[in-house]
Amino acid sequence: MPILLSIVVGMALFFMIGFVARAILQAFAPAHLKPTFRDIPLTASFGLSVILLYVVVAIFAPMIAPFGEGEVLGAQFLPWASPYYLGTDKLGRDMLTRLIYGARNTVGIAFATTALSFFAGSFLGIWAALAGGWLDQWLSRFVDALMAIPALILSLLLLTIFGTSVLTLILVIAAVDATRVYRLARSVAQGIVVMDYIEAARLRGEGMWRLVRREILPNAMAPLVAEFGLRFCFVFLSISVLSFLGLGIKPPTADWGSMVRENATLITFGDITPLLPAGAIALLTVAVNFVVDWQLHRASGLKE
Amino acid sequence: MEEDPLLTITDLRIEGRSGELWHPIVKGVNLTLRRGEVLGLIGESGAGKSTLGLAAMGFARDGCRISGGSIDFDGINLRTAPEAQRRSLRGKRIAYVAQSAAASFNPAHKLIDQYCECPVVHGVTPREQAEADAFELYRRMRLPNPEAIGFRYPHQVSGGQLQRAMTAMAMACRPDLIIFDEPTTALDVTTQIEVLAAIRDIVRQFGTAAIYITHDLAVVAQMADRIKVLLRGHEVEEADTRSMLAAPREAYTKSLWAVRSFARAERPPATGTPVVSVRNVKAGYGAVDVLKDVSFDIHHRRTVAVVGESGSGKSTTARVITGLLPPRNGEVLFNGKVLPPNFKVRSREELRQCQMIYQMADTALNPKLRLRELIGRPAEMYLGLKGKALDSRIRDLLALIELEPDTFIDRLPSELSGGQKQRIGIARALAAEPQLIICDEVTSALDQIVQEGILKLLDRLQAELNLAYMFITHDLATVKSIADEVVVMQRGVVVERGPKAALFAEPKEEYTNLLLSSVPEMDPDWLNRLLAARAGQ
Repeated sequence: MPILLSIVVGMALFFMIGFVARAILQAFAPAHLKPTFRDIPLTASFGLSVILLYVVVAIFAPMIAPFGEGEVLGAQFLPWASPYYLGTDKLGRDMLTRLIYGARNTVGIAFATTALSFFAGSFLGIWAALAGGWLDQWLSRFVDALMAIPALILSLLLLTIFGTSVLTLILVIAAVDATRVYRLARSVAQGIVVMDYIEAARLRGEGMWRLVRREILPNAMAPLVAEFGLRFCFVFLSISVLSFLGLGIKPPTADWGSMVRENATLITFGDITPLLPAGAIALLTVAVNFVVDWQLHRASGLKE
Repeated sequence: MEEDPLLTITDLRIEGRSGELWHPIVKGVNLTLRRGEVLGLIGESGAGKSTLGLAAMGFARDGCRISGGSIDFDGINLRTAPEAQRRSLRGKRIAYVAQSAAASFNPAHKLIDQYCECPVVHGVTPREQAEADAFELYRRMRLPNPEAIGFRYPHQVSGGQLQRAMTAMAMACRPDLIIFDEPTTALDVTTQIEVLAAIRDIVRQFGTAAIYITHDLAVVAQMADRIKVLLRGHEVEEADTRSMLAAPREAYTKSLWAVRSFARAERPPATGTPVVSVRNVKAGYGAVDVLKDVSFDIHHRRTVAVVGESGSGKSTTARVITGLLPPRNGEVLFNGKVLPPNFKVRSREELRQCQMIYQMADTALNPKLRLRELIGRPAEMYLGLKGKALDSRIRDLLALIELEPDTFIDRLPSELSGGQKQRIGIARALAAEPQLIICDEVTSALDQIVQEGILKLLDRLQAELNLAYMFITHDLATVKSIADEVVVMQRGVVVERGPKAALFAEPKEEYTNLLLSSVPEMDPDWLNRLLAARAGQ
């Protein structure tokens, strides 16, 4: 019965947020964005509002959170009651506070990582497809070699070499992810570089940067954006795995991945608290993919 | 007693979907076809010819629906008949020959397997008999080695042979009706003749009724007993072939007939340094020499048409001139100066002087860029225009190609028609202010009326801007209308070249003669006379 109830409440919330967000977007959008939001589906407006919520929480974390990030407040594993609305974790830190700070770390790092891996991966991939010949061979075989090493082992290796900090974490996960993006971007671009308009642009004497940016990238956008939505979610996974091994985000900094693991024992007692950070990841994943799907539909010109 | 017609279509309406809306494609067309009769359907693209042809099989493409009227095939109502019954008719009593045989054959199976599929599935004949029958039909379609050709895969035979194999396949169950959807449009003129003759003979031998869909009037004149003209889903007029050709009634039909009449007088021969001079060029890919020895000149304000079958090296010559394919031997001179063989080492100025217009405007224009950038980029790059100056230059160019600047400047290519896209291709070439424009089959993907507009535009621009054109085409009608000089190519060699009038009047080489005589004429007896003449030789 509670499951049924929560599904009903969840659906109701989804529709409510979706409708309200759509109404707000349509009412207050600047004139040049009006057509974009006119046919926005409910899923996308819901996704946008969830992402917006996460961003707000991440930016204003210190103001919203009731306690300090690493503050040990009382007994471990306290139940949900005032002043610890979501209880405490295994060290007695406030769960709600850590969830809020977790948004800052996890989402920020995931976004930076994915953005970086996409920038590097797609630029190199398109460049390889465009240049062909030995450059393509060298880059592609190098990437193949990297992909042959299991991603986790490669990141462990790199983190051990370069030391652990948030910056190296971002760079390492981005580098490992960029190999996958490179493969995708290269294969998509290979289909585009044979088009007459690329030949025309080359004959015009356009430089490499312009060819990649204006001629190829806009046409390769749809599959890349779809991949972005997916990759973004995998990064959470990588971060939490690395944190588990002690090479990721270091305690007491909060991140959702490690929070699930640290408090996992509670599950055996029928407490759903450890699922909250997992739920936060899941909700963001769904939201991002809703928005990505919407963008994909617009990019591919599909009307239905 | 008047025999019942084989196919009766009354007040047929077909709609296509775009987004949520259904818009009409065929708007109430009537059609009757007697047994053994060939009906030609002509019209521009978008006229609903193919849709109507498919509807004759009781079929509507994805995203289309038959919304009204009736289709009666030999007493069976194809609109209300159950799908199973319609399927049992297709292939057996009604067959279809598609425009591109190369795309319609399954590349993974041998021709004969695909031939036998239909008679075996429909239970008409067992496999062995179907094979024997295939040899017979291949022989009648005048395919070389009729006993062996069926055991090849589609990619192992030429385009013309595939098209004939497909017609043979359509004949496999001896259908009462065959629908030919532009079966020769993708073929060279010389190959087209063979296919046309083979199709016509076999249809007559078996007394099969046919609907022949094409946009080429001269072809339909050879094939059809009656012609029906369609325009935007409406019937314009219908009459038997001879009276239609002799005296078209409607203004639209007359305009279709008149298209072929655009012809420009040849300009007087030019002297001085040619803009481009190709000297003894030999070039190819890998171990194959596509061009063996090619030389010709193009002068200011002149159009040189390069003609020949596909594979003769026309486009390769263009690639050598633009520098995409450095030649193995020989050189390209521009205003008397040798051009670097590879475009990558040419200066920006050298690149600017020689622009190209492509056959498929769809793939030649970046679909994600607006016209402002598509046209503006060369002007920005080569001439250094910026801001207001660039904007007004783009507007001038749009006006030059007869498109309203305010309406079009911020559109995407997908918001244009085929002819308009090709105009943008022209504007992009003009934006660089070149001396030479290479036109690679620029009109062959367009309807005749649109072609006419493009040719007139190119001609006007040449006079205004002093351009030299290299005009690659396999369509001799286009050559007749726009060229000053003609270069005939065959298998990488220039067979013959000279001024248009002289070359058309007295071709010296046998190949030129073959090419010229293969161009269909509007006279319905042309094919008979030609075949008789060739048989007599």
